[in-house]
Amino acid sequence: MTEYQELTGKFFINGDVACAEGAISAGCRFFAGYPITPATEVAERMSTRLPQVGGIYIQMEDELASMNAVLGASWAGVKAMTATSGPGFSLMMENVGLGVMLETPCVLVNIQRAGPSTGLPTLVGQQDMMQARWGSHGSYEIIALAPISPQDIFDLTITAFDLSEKYRIPVLIMSDEVVGHMSEKVVIPHVAPESLLNRRRPEVPPGEYLPYKTDVGLVPPMAVAGEGYRFHVTGLTHDERGYPVMTADAQDRLIRRLVDKIRLNRDDIIKYKETQVEDADIIVCAYGITTRIAQFAVKMARDEGIRAGLLQLITVWPFAEERVRELSLQTKAFVVPEINYGQIVLEVERCAGGKARTILVPHMGGGVHSPETILEAIRETAQ
Amino acid sequence: MIDAMNVEEPSIEKYLRQDRLPHIWCSGCGIGPVAGCFLRAIDREEIDPDRIAVVSGIGCTGRVAGYVKLDSFHTTHGRAIPFATGLILANPELNVVVFSGDGDLVAIGGNHLIHAARRNIDMTVICVNNFNYGMTGGQVGPTAPLEARTTTTPYGNFEFPFNLPYLVSASGASYVARWTVLHIRQLEKAIAEAMTKPGFSFIEVIAPCPVVYGRMNKEPKGLDSMYYYQEKSVIRNGADPKDADLELNGPIVVGKFVDVQRPTLWDHLREVSSRAQEKAKARAKV
Ligand code: SF4
Repeated sequence: MTEYQELTGKFFINGDVACAEGAISAGCRFFAGYPITPATEVAERMSTRLPQVGGIYIQMEDELASMNAVLGASWAGVKAMTATSGPGFSLMMENVGLGVMLETPCVLVNIQRAGPSTGLPTLVGQQDMMQARWGSHGSYEIIALAPISPQDIFDLTITAFDLSEKYRIPVLIMSDEVVGHMSEKVVIPHVAPESLLNRRRPEVPPGEYLPYKTDVGLVPPMAVAGEGYRFHVTGLTHDERGYPVMTADAQDRLIRRLVDKIRLNRDDIIKYKETQVEDADIIVCAYGITTRIAQFAVKMARDEGIRAGLLQLITVWPFAEERVRELSLQTKAFVVPEINYGQIVLEVERCAGGKARTILVPHMGGGVHSPETILEAIRETAQ
Repeated sequence: MIDAMNVEEPSIEKYLRQDRLPHIWCSGCGIGPVAGCFLRAIDREEIDPDRIAVVSGIGCTGRVAGYVKLDSFHTTHGRAIPFATGLILANPELNVVVFSGDGDLVAIGGNHLIHAARRNIDMTVICVNNFNYGMTGGQVGPTAPLEARTTTTPYGNFEFPFNLPYLVSASGASYVARWTVLHIRQLEKAIAEAMTKPGFSFIEVIAPCPVVYGRMNKEPKGLDSMYYYQEKSVIRNGADPKDADLELNGPIVVGKFVDVQRPTLWDHLREVSSRAQEKAKARAKV
């Protein structure tokens, strides 16, 4: 719209602000949220920036409302986002399911704190990782990304919008309090609008449009309200017309497609980063802020002559199960540090399938691991 | 049952998803006629149907979204208003109508209702009030009068009900009316007024649920229950909503209670947005 749309250049900003800027660069023009520590700065930044670029910021009455307003905005054709943490994430869960069912592109940021319940509002956790996967009822797939720094959250917020538009699904950014509140250098490049992905629009005239009829691939084109398509969408099980159909057959067709549109495209969606895994006897598998500590631990282990490597999950959901399975055939053990009492380790263990040992290095929250803690686990495993 | 929607008036057939009929509502249910009034209001007022978005929550009334041939969203329980908030804020050209029931809008969604009224956001809410949860078999609702019998108040309701016009007007709505389902002309006119009025409009429609609430409270059966509500009603346009409490078998005060001009959310939002853009521009020049 205007030249003030993007701030480009080098900045020293925290992860929450970088996330908001990533959203602006990704073309997000709607934010609905509710104040919650430690995600509030995302909302504050959006409240400043969105009006400047012709977007809408609104503080809703709660997180239930925030998530729904985001879905509504997306159905009016605008890229939309919300940001929250622990308790707010729980409140949003039902309508993440609505987003999945209606196939609504949108982005939900969780700056994780330690729980359960009110827990440690100002201190870090990585404790909603399984909730991200399974928090809404029903059988479904979701996409979740885990940034490790302010620069990373900027970049991954753009990726999140791209994936949500491409696959018509809510995409979760599963960040944490440390990344959200740490300030580091962030380079904001010019992001050309042509480089961004947008939902496919219907190419048929209104009379012929069926909201959930696929043409190429498993993701149907999406009309938006006010264009004359006069479509109906529902959270009930539905057919290609978007009409409710209360049968096991309709359920089978719909759920298979909703799940398969993610599962069958996992190679396109799943990103991970490997360091020194080729000859590793022990692979540390980490995500989010814990990755940065694991990097130290791996280096220290190498210095001691232990063949350690690092697998960083950038996409946490869908889980990089094929890669973990492959690695389990060439390594002796996985060490999984996470700021919870065992969540993603369960996935690693499942995929390792007994071929490699799996060791959890838990932290109950309120702080990050020390490199020595992870190193100690590597050492013990190496014996 | 189609006749309850008065489809004999050809004007509304084109707004119905014929391929979804017959609908699920019980015979004698008040919801269909309200939907009929809504569609006739659009037609009479010549509101561009392509710009209308209907949003419903869950419940018997929540099914309205599925029968109208308009952009329509059947969302989650209680959340029609925030979903509609997102729609209208993202595209102010839309004419957004929330069509849902008392349990959906006032119990589980009550917080959103008062906040939407407070914001005076451009939206019309049509609340079909039948005093109970029809879809789940007739449990007590937040508008059920004291002493009303429902499947979960077998000895009589022991809670005070909401007076919806009072609640919504106190929260800041620009337009508030209540009619019964057989006040067809008044209701149609009210919907047309509400849809063309800037700001938050709220219409409560007292409608029978003859198969559950009506049966348990010994109301007349079938169509007679609609006449019963109409006969019980007293038209008092301009009445103070605070005097519009409902009692079991008592009079039903109906009418247009509030119709005022107040700045809407958009008025303020536009002003603030242009201020933000001016500031950004000034800074960019430095
Ligand atoms: S249960 Fe009551 S409200 Fe629901 S369709 Fe039947 S009569 Fe109408």
